[in-house]
Amino acid sequence: MSDELEKLSFEQAVGELAGTVERLEEGDLSLTDAIALYERGMRLVQHCNDLLDAAELQVQTLAEPGSA
Amino acid sequence: MQFQFPTFQSPGPERGTWSVGELTDHIKEVLELDPELQDVRVMGEISNLARAASGHLYFTLKDAQAAISCVMWRSDAQRLRWQPEHGAAAEAWGRISVYPPRGSYQLVVDTLRPAGLGDLHVQFEELRDRLRAEGLFEEDRKRPLPDFPRVVGVVTSPQAAALRDVLNVLERRYPLARVLLASTMVQGDQAPPQIVAALQALDARDDVDLILLVRGGGSLEDLWAFNDERVARAVAACRHPVVSGVGHETDFTIADFVADLRAPTPSAAAELAVPDQIELRQQLAAGRQWLLGYMERLLAQMRQSLQGHQRALQRQSPQARVDTHRQQVDDLLRRASRALAHDLSLRRSALAGRQARLATLSPQATLQRGYAIVRRADSGEVVRSTGQVRPGDPLAIRVQDGEFGAEGSQRSENESERVRE
Repeated sequence: MSDELEKLSFEQAVGELAGTVERLEEGDLSLTDAIALYERGMRLVQHCNDLLDAAELQVQTLAEPGSA
Repeated sequence: MQFQFPTFQSPGPERGTWSVGELTDHIKEVLELDPELQDVRVMGEISNLARAASGHLYFTLKDAQAAISCVMWRSDAQRLRWQPEHGAAAEAWGRISVYPPRGSYQLVVDTLRPAGLGDLHVQFEELRDRLRAEGLFEEDRKRPLPDFPRVVGVVTSPQAAALRDVLNVLERRYPLARVLLASTMVQGDQAPPQIVAALQALDARDDVDLILLVRGGGSLEDLWAFNDERVARAVAACRHPVVSGVGHETDFTIADFVADLRAPTPSAAAELAVPDQIELRQQLAAGRQWLLGYMERLLAQMRQSLQGHQRALQRQSPQARVDTHRQQVDDLLRRASRALAHDLSLRRSALAGRQARLATLSPQATLQRGYAIVRRADSGEVVRSTGQVRPGDPLAIRVQDGEFGAEGSQRSENESERVRE
């Protein structure tokens, strides 16, 4: 599960986090499901923070339009 | 200042032959004191353009009839926001001066603009109105920007401060983004087609999430490329959202109107393009808190309902029933024993009463007074009548402290029986 989490982009992770919170808010979950969602949510938060910590702006110059 | 005219008439022919210097000085005076010639605006085509090492700019303005030498001193030439070229039509402001060493007069230019730019505002309004009528500025054409752009395309000049500003802002706010720079000239005649090509090159890529079209501040002429119809149409044609940031707060270009979002400056365009990691981190921290709070509430709830179930279960358990029954039994036993004790004491007192009455009825008391009870020894029957005993019959006689045997003898009826030992 964590391997799969590593591959999530920031946008995907934030989106899933929002969905996780929404599902928890809806309620009607078994304790097992609720705990699984909670743990997943905490890992998503961590993953997002890790992504921000590791990020460095990459700048790339496109080939000159004339030469393309 | 017409009143000065008489001064140049005075040195005239009376002085005879002029030296070249005198004549030239006179010409210089005449020309340079003529207010008409000290503030001229002239239109012509640029030719013989030369930029001296000193930074001064030399050229000729000409039209079909005539030509005039021009010089633009370095201090003014530096302020030029466009590149004058040979053959370009231009409008020059300046004053006429004489250069005595060459005996030439020239226009000292302080301002030089591409011809026709006096109508820039008119052109701007004409194009703006036409594109607006076409619906290119409509609000419903504006597309929302992605929340988390992965690739940000930037169209600008690679040397410009605008690019540094944009990169600084992106790095500070959202370093997760990747920047794709499509470099282009941002002023001059070549700029519009280059800007169009740069926009198209970025827009053709699927990985680009949005495009920043930026340029630093400058004069209306400097920013003119962003008022070009080709640029406006290229912006409108983009699949990806375009954020424009051209010039300063007060500068509005046609590209701004067409763009999905207009930012007042390049830095502001970058700020609008990406989220701020400080806010993102705060939101993530808030999310973590929410999850923790949720879990606490959930566990408290679970614990509470567990306790409820536990109590309900205890009420239903066989042990509880046994306990209940045991208690009922105890109660019954207690009640029973209380009742029994009561009953016994009643019986006891009743018995005592009877004993007392029995005592009063007992023959013992009579025996103690000296009476005796006579029984036949053989049958044990109490002898109440003389007829019950024949002489020789064994008798048992009971007195108060015991019994002794005797034998019947003579009897006398209706008289007291004599008892012999």
